Amino acid sequence: MNKYTLFQKILLYLSIAVFLTFILLPFVEMFYASLRPLKHLFRSPYQFYSNDLSFWAYSEMWNTVPRLGRYIFNSFFLASCVAILTLLFVIPAAYSFARFNFPFKNGTLYLLLAVNMFTGPVLIIPLYKMLRALSLLNTYYAMIVPGVAFLIPTSIWLLKSYFQKIPIELEEAAFVDGASRLQILRHIIAPLSTPGLAVVGIYAFIGAYAQQFLYAISFNQKKEFMPLPAGLYEFIGYQTVKWNEMMAASLVGIVPVLIVFIFLQKYIVEGLTVGAVKN
Amino acid sequence: MITKPKLQAYNSSTFLAYALIAPAAIYILCIVAWPLFETIRLSFTNSSLAGEDYVGTKNFAKMLASTKFNKIIIRTFVWMFFSVLLKLIIGLIGAALLNSHLRGRAAFRVLVMPPWIIPIAIGMLGWLWLYNGYFGIIAGIGMRTGILDGPFGFLAYKQSAFISTIISDVWVGTPMVTLFFLAAMQGVPKDLYEAAYCDGASKWARFYSITLPQITPVIITMALLSAIFTFNSFEIIWILTEGGPRGATTTLIIDTYKQALGNYKFGRGAARAVVVVILLTLFAVFYLSLLSQINRKVANE
Repeated sequence: MNKYTLFQKILLYLSIAVFLTFILLPFVEMFYASLRPLKHLFRSPYQFYSNDLSFWAYSEMWNTVPRLGRYIFNSFFLASCVAILTLLFVIPAAYSFARFNFPFKNGTLYLLLAVNMFTGPVLIIPLYKMLRALSLLNTYYAMIVPGVAFLIPTSIWLLKSYFQKIPIELEEAAFVDGASRLQILRHIIAPLSTPGLAVVGIYAFIGAYAQQFLYAISFNQKKEFMPLPAGLYEFIGYQTVKWNEMMAASLVGIVPVLIVFIFLQKYIVEGLTVGAVKN
Repeated sequence: MITKPKLQAYNSSTFLAYALIAPAAIYILCIVAWPLFETIRLSFTNSSLAGEDYVGTKNFAKMLASTKFNKIIIRTFVWMFFSVLLKLIIGLIGAALLNSHLRGRAAFRVLVMPPWIIPIAIGMLGWLWLYNGYFGIIAGIGMRTGILDGPFGFLAYKQSAFISTIISDVWVGTPMVTLFFLAAMQGVPKDLYEAAYCDGASKWARFYSITLPQITPVIITMALLSAIFTFNSFEIIWILTEGGPRGATTTLIIDTYKQALGNYKFGRGAARAVVVVILLTLFAVFYLSLLSQINRKVANE
């Protein structure tokens, strides 16, 4: 039933190649540009062939933007803080949704989905005023506090489905033996759901990393707190844009995330798309 | 006397259930719900860094009377329509391709994901280079094939900037749509295909009369979801064009942000944000009612 003729096979592979070219061309071109000297890039029309490829930009970028290391650190620090905070809020809530029946449970769950619809730009004014009133503008907090709220809903949905996979009999047995609910959460649920926690943590980390740009340009003007997506703009000089170094620094910023994600993609995508295959 | 301890146990567990949710709920109330309320309040003031006074519906009257704002609304919907349509079409084709039984399909599936995972802001720097009129690869291909007779700044002209921002938005949104469609296609019961195969249906007929109808609920859901995301899309346009040239890519979100944090006219910005919230709420109500309808249908079957 699933046999293809040779012609069909070629056609399918060609179509997939076209599709993946659209998706991956920017990455390939970013990498290619990062390997070429600037004067080579500044030739019009575009030169497809270069015979002087090197990793020079990857060492020079640290001199062009001396704070680059700091920006990378800031990005990972901010995203880690947001991910940890998100987990702290989400673990008890997801457990509650997975195990208890209470009034307005489904309504609350759907209301959580509605939160996903309001992203940063819509609420930027009150958030800005609030952070200003608390004198949190231009601090790390300004880029941590808002982000957590927008990651909580999806994280609850993800973790809830992991908790539901743990057999309830385990808990009941412990309950009969006199363990309290919080003890059960700590000693039975938490260790058994470690993979789920890791997936949700990674999801929150990637989500937090993606949000950084908006909060950084809106709430922070201090260079020492700037995350990488905003700091990359320093490669744009008054005279020229150092495209090769900018692309090199961009790739340094995304490759670690991509690697982690590729290892965990099966679990994350499964969790996120589970609603699509319910039947 | 016997029911009382039971009742207490029940009550205490309901209490515990709420107590466990409380921190997350309170956090969302402070960071999402209260700002939402505050946005509505501010839209009736002339709030700025200097202070605020109640001005009634002046912000709204001024906003709705300006032809510029009406153009922005129309532009937002046109931009959103084409972006969502392209995401759905490309996503559907992509998912069908990835769903075929070919060697390497697992790898192809992973290769689709990168635009979805990386920070949009960084991906857009790559696109900024691709769109470069003198040195970029797209202009280069155009010039070498003779389609363009000279350098062409894709982001420098009204129409081409509009189209370019849509293409970049489609690039960001397609992976998610593709993966959801793929998951839905893989969830279609295999025996349906086997029965159709025995009846002599071709591959195309099987796709058209089994796969498509089976995943229609997911297509509708994704259309709405990606409409919401596209409507909210900020960074793509902000980084590529900042809403230019001469306002050609200024969508509602971009305009809201410019009024709010570009000019620090909080009142006017808030009035625009309220329009965004109203439209998003309509989407949300539509989405949730659709979702519960689909769930009910699934439960009935």
